[in-house]
Amino acid sequence: MQETIQLDLPPAEWTHVIRPKRGWFEFSFKELWGYRDLVSMFIRRDFVAVYKQTVLGPLWYLINPLASSLVFTVVFGKIARIPTDGVPPFLFYLSGITCWNYLATCVSGTASSFLTNSSLFGKVYFPRLISPVSTVISNLTAFSIQFLFLLLFVGVYAAQGMTVQPTWTMLLIPALILQIGLLGLGIGIMVSAATVKYRDFHFLVGFGIQLWMYASPIIYPASEVPARFRGLYSLNPIAPIIEAFRHCMIGTALPAAGSLMVSWLVTLSILFFGVLLFNRAEKNFMDVV
Amino acid sequence: MSAPIIEIRDVWKEYRLGLIGHGSIRRDFQSWFARLRGREDPNSPIFDDADRDPVRGDRFLALREISLDVHPGEMLGIIGRNGAGKSTLLKILTRITSPTRGEVRLRGRVVSLLEVGTGFHPDLTGRENVFLNGTILGMSKAEIRRKFDEIVEFAGIPKFIDTPVKRYSSGMYVRLAFAVAAHLEPEILIVDEVLAVGDYDFQKKCMDKMSEVTTRSGRTVLLVSHNLGAIRRLCTRTALLSHGQLLEVGDTPKVLNRYLTHVQKKEFEFAQPTNGDKPMHLRRVRVLGRDGLPSMEAEYRDGFSFEIEYEVNEETKSAMVWAAVRTSDETEVFFSADYDTSPELLGPRKPGYYRTVLKVPGKLLNHGTYYLVIGISNLAPEVAYDRVEMPGLTVNDTKNDLSNEAAKRIGLVTPRLGWDIRYISPPAGDLR
Repeated sequence: MQETIQLDLPPAEWTHVIRPKRGWFEFSFKELWGYRDLVSMFIRRDFVAVYKQTVLGPLWYLINPLASSLVFTVVFGKIARIPTDGVPPFLFYLSGITCWNYLATCVSGTASSFLTNSSLFGKVYFPRLISPVSTVISNLTAFSIQFLFLLLFVGVYAAQGMTVQPTWTMLLIPALILQIGLLGLGIGIMVSAATVKYRDFHFLVGFGIQLWMYASPIIYPASEVPARFRGLYSLNPIAPIIEAFRHCMIGTALPAAGSLMVSWLVTLSILFFGVLLFNRAEKNFMDVV
Repeated sequence: MSAPIIEIRDVWKEYRLGLIGHGSIRRDFQSWFARLRGREDPNSPIFDDADRDPVRGDRFLALREISLDVHPGEMLGIIGRNGAGKSTLLKILTRITSPTRGEVRLRGRVVSLLEVGTGFHPDLTGRENVFLNGTILGMSKAEIRRKFDEIVEFAGIPKFIDTPVKRYSSGMYVRLAFAVAAHLEPEILIVDEVLAVGDYDFQKKCMDKMSEVTTRSGRTVLLVSHNLGAIRRLCTRTALLSHGQLLEVGDTPKVLNRYLTHVQKKEFEFAQPTNGDKPMHLRRVRVLGRDGLPSMEAEYRDGFSFEIEYEVNEETKSAMVWAAVRTSDETEVFFSADYDTSPELLGPRKPGYYRTVLKVPGKLLNHGTYYLVIGISNLAPEVAYDRVEMPGLTVNDTKNDLSNEAAKRIGLVTPRLGWDIRYISPPAGDLR
């Protein structure tokens, strides 16, 4: 019996044409979607790597917000006596930090996309945006754990009859988280694009995030912001998100109606420019030796 | 012949010199301020005369006017000395970087294997890494699942598939990584230098697998290698690059011959940066003439030396540093390992930087052109850590004084052996 030799004929049409990259916005969702398996593998890698390396594993995710909230409760609640809109200070801080941590990890994680992946980027092609996108999704693991932790405390406080009113609007939280993810991605990839030219930006990230936190309603309610700063304050895209998140979780005041719209607008513009700069940087990154 | 599967048309690639992320705002500010005051920019490149070639100012032409067709089912070799533009060409074909000018048209999926185990994570198990590595190389999860058993069997490590790869020996690691790549089924497979690692049997298995891929299923393979033996065995056609230009494309033996005799002659030094991935690796290899200066022209009567500098990253047992001399048609003239004269080297070697010199005496290697292979391997288990080929050693006899005696001898080696001569008796009859 003769073995059949299978000859796979190549496609008749050109499947790829490689040309010099000139455009500013060469980006295709279709291509990104084609690499979804890679995104899921990166997420799995991040997940497994974290759990296999540390002794305490996921516990670390709880120690951080718990410790910060306790410190804030003592320093800003007991000593500085900053009001917390009438909700228990600990819950107020914990809810703010839970939200904030997700943003902070997204920004700092994606900001180093080029630095941490340089060897991979030099060896194999995939849309570079895959790696920051998967970082943002990976960070949801830590967020979910912290979120459940927060939920537990909300339950405990509510059971004790404290002034905590979680509402049905909790169902809107996924939309808020999506926005935080997109915002973090946008800012992070902007910074990562800047690090390709100037490494200085890498050192600014940690510092910048910290300053930004003080400009956001984490340790104080937005209602305490003086009226003359309100205009400027409404440009901080994360502020209304955190207020809305707190409203959903513990029933504090809703942010001003238009502010969430402005926040979405700012988020999407940041993301747009982020992708633009990232594409640009991607090209430079490979051409500078 | 069918229509080409890859068409490369007038491709140019220019790189900017400089380190990524090493610019600083301070320096840019300095330059800007200097320009503002009408002074000379303190950070302007030192060489900026426009006719410096191929370095133009801070730009570097890595490829120029490359045009090449590759046909389906073909295995094309790409050779050239370090810096000739081979890797740049591969990076363009695999879309890691884009050309500055020109166009490449491809039919079908391209998978590149520029490195074994790209993206392997030490904490993940073999199984997890197969999936990770496979998806990075462009396979879908479903595709990998279908091929999984075959991959594990090819790598020969079914028992360890659920062990984190950081516990693997380097041999096992390479086996697994290559197995993943070998089972990808793209229309076009691009392979760079990966055959330089792994044990000998496995290397052979990989080569067999690659030629099976081309001959049986009609896939196209581009192979870039310094391993001329592999090119000779696997590729019918070879492209020779030199200084970013395509010097010749044609039948492998012809191109290899041109490479050995013309292009490589001047390369007498190999150097690479430190690399902590392997237990031992080469740092610098030079061929020295009798005067101790690097040269690829040896004098017949003087011989030459190999000067090999290597680094041991972790304590390693049963390793050897070796050197071999081969003719251009792959005949091994001799092989020598560093434990030949110092058997204690097979014991543990302490981490550190080493220099070793192997002296090849004069009047041993006959006139001709040879290529040298230098490597580091382990004997138990059999693993090759590093290997470099330096083609184009010429042995001449320019200083013959007494007679042109050497030229008359035939044979690859012309050793002066010890003849024992004894006078037994005067002539005629006494032993009768």
